Amino acid sequence: MDWGAFFNMGGYAFYVWGTYALAVVILGINVWLPIRELRRQQKLLQQESQE
Amino acid sequence: MFKIASARHFYPLAGKLLPWISALTAGLIFYGLYLGLFVAPPDYQQGETVRIMFIHVPSAWMSMFIYASMAIAAATSLIWKIKLTDIFIRCSAAVGASFTLLALLTGSLWGKPMWGTWWVWDARLTSELILLFLYLGYIALVEAIDDERRASRAGAVLLLVGVINLPVIHFSVEWWNTLHQPASVAKSGGPAIHPDILVPLLVMAAAFKFYYVAVVLVKMRAAIIASERHTQWLQGLKG
Repeated sequence: MDWGAFFNMGGYAFYVWGTYALAVVILGINVWLPIRELRRQQKLLQQESQE
Repeated sequence: MFKIASARHFYPLAGKLLPWISALTAGLIFYGLYLGLFVAPPDYQQGETVRIMFIHVPSAWMSMFIYASMAIAAATSLIWKIKLTDIFIRCSAAVGASFTLLALLTGSLWGKPMWGTWWVWDARLTSELILLFLYLGYIALVEAIDDERRASRAGAVLLLVGVINLPVIHFSVEWWNTLHQPASVAKSGGPAIHPDILVPLLVMAAAFKFYYVAVVLVKMRAAIIASERHTQWLQGLKG
């Protein structure tokens, strides 16, 4: 496996890896924020039911 | 069916399903990336840029699939007024907008090396951009109206009017002359792609579908807690 050629993507590294980087960022945010919000809501609920 | 449609039954069910759907999503993504980046050969015309397709095309499919799901849910919501349906629609909007943005941006990254331009105002690209504005318009409209029921109704009407854009996106490459290539998978006579390219494309498409389901389930659970906080069943669950 030639890793240099793999990362070079036939000279299109910016476009190909840019695509995959955008996917990771955009889809990552869409997972991270909802999980954070769910945890926050669950915590609030727990606090309220203990009162 | 109607039992599942109530938040009380949906909340724990979603919690049980989530680990499985998440695991399936992760597995499909890794398998799809492996096939797309290591197994699929470079295209004889487009070279390595063909790998952009494994993100771009499934994203574009998702942008339309999510909008169609929201519109169908909107139609049923106007008729039967099930609260969970409205929660589903609201929780889908941001994911749908994100896939639309991803399709547009990755299309740009593909267009530059292959067409020599980041953007053209042709039918396919313009109608996909309109789809993004429909998502953003829906989100803004629902956020702007305080009364929950009125917000849902107004949002549902907007979604249904915007449905007209979906066939325009799909057939745009046939109706108008465009730089964008015509459909290769969803065409009469079956897909015109080699399996080495088609299989990773379909695996990524499946991965994105399950990703969407997982994200929506998480968001719906949070939204259910937010709206039903003071009900007894939720208090009894202890998180």
